[in-house]
Amino acid sequence: MQLKGWKDLAIGAVMLEPGSCLAYETGSWRTQRPILDLEKCAHCFICWIFCPESSIQVRGGKVTGIDLTYCKGCGICSAECPRQAIDMVMEATARKGAKDEG
Amino acid sequence: MRVKVKGKPVALRGDEAVAEAMRQINPDVVAAYPITPQTEIVQTFGQFVANGQVDTEFVAVESEHASMSGCIGAAASGARAQTATSGPGLALMWEMLWVASGMRLPIVMHVVNRALSAPINITCDHNDSMGARDCGWVQLYAGTMQEAYDNAIQAVRIAEHPEVMLPVMSCMDGFILGHTFEPIEILPDETVKEFIGTYKPKHSLLDVEHPVTYGSVVFHECYYEYKRQQIAAMEKAADVVLQVGQEFGDLTGRYYGLIEGYELEDADFAIVAIGSIGGTIKKVINDLRGQGQKVGLLRLRCFRPFPAQEVAQALGNKRAVAVLDRSLSFGAQAHQLQMEVAYALLTHGPIPKMVNYVYGIGGRDLLPSEIEGVYRDLMEVAETGIVPPGVRYLSVRQ
Repeated sequence: MQLKGWKDLAIGAVMLEPGSCLAYETGSWRTQRPILDLEKCAHCFICWIFCPESSIQVRGGKVTGIDLTYCKGCGICSAECPRQAIDMVMEATARKGAKDEG
Repeated sequence: MRVKVKGKPVALRGDEAVAEAMRQINPDVVAAYPITPQTEIVQTFGQFVANGQVDTEFVAVESEHASMSGCIGAAASGARAQTATSGPGLALMWEMLWVASGMRLPIVMHVVNRALSAPINITCDHNDSMGARDCGWVQLYAGTMQEAYDNAIQAVRIAEHPEVMLPVMSCMDGFILGHTFEPIEILPDETVKEFIGTYKPKHSLLDVEHPVTYGSVVFHECYYEYKRQQIAAMEKAADVVLQVGQEFGDLTGRYYGLIEGYELEDADFAIVAIGSIGGTIKKVINDLRGQGQKVGLLRLRCFRPFPAQEVAQALGNKRAVAVLDRSLSFGAQAHQLQMEVAYALLTHGPIPKMVNYVYGIGGRDLLPSEIEGVYRDLMEVAETGIVPPGVRYLSVRQ
């Protein structure tokens, strides 16, 4: 992405477009990745309520996954889950696993 | 040019005169901490609010940190916001001063300069606002109560100028200007209203048709660029201070620049100072001029932005210059004003001999005889060509 020079940015760091945080992919911050076990999940939505990044994906009244583009890996979902359905694993390990499988 | 408006002379304290200016400005929001170290500005303005003489939403907050926060919120929502503070109150605002300037909110704050604790001291020196000199606020310093009133009005125009959009501190010396009486020419309400005009903010948090975000996180990718914008705005502010001062002069007959020179042009020896001490220095100049001594004064009205070129141009041909600081920078080679003046001369040259003095700390008086002594020192420096090392501390007991 080409960043603007100081003369082209709106003064005062005012953001003129709503929802601009969508362009900020906070998933790059993650050092631990939540792994959701849908077999244990009761779809109680406690993780959905607690997730500070709204990264719990839901479709048709069911939890379907976690949006890793924005998930910072804070682990709150894992800590709050009453059925221990979310495990936190090291991001590097998770990536390596995904690579090995793929 | 012919003076268009003649004000009404009224005997007022400096604080009351500034409160009077605030009444005429009629800000949308004033958020202020109403007790010590606050001054009569807020007390008097509070009476105007209670009497229904202004439309202002007055928010009595729990601290100065909160008062600046309140002004920031109000200004971001498109309101004309003001506050007043003094001494330790200003120190408590420090974090929020950066937020106000960083968000480019044209808040005007009336500052009555007082010493900082410890020991506890509520009398005049400039350490409070000098401590805030790097926070991105325009800083004006009044030499008289009339100027404090006039600056309070001009500050609105300077802050809200579309190419400036920076908060402004309008400062005056505690007690010497703030708490003593002087006849002050108060402009008609209509004149002030017309001069400041209506504030038309570019963005407002209350404008739901055009939603904007204030105060977002900006890391290394862009933070520096926003600070660079503030540098440019501050440079522009120098032109606007001059432009507004000229316009105010055309209206009232009282013209204001970035600096004020008194018997300066042909002077061999000059004192540089800020604030009310200028009045005493002028008296000493009159006496010494009577004895044939070519002495003069450069009083700085605008410290931020620092008018380096004007200062250098005014001082470059002097045989010796004394810079009087009413604030301290512990461990520095010289104190705040001296450092600025020295660098202005270094970059714009030629460089006269310079001596840095400190005076008036914690409300200590500086007597005419001591000011005369400063001029005598300068004459000696010019004669011998020797600048004594270090800073000289006037009227401190040995």
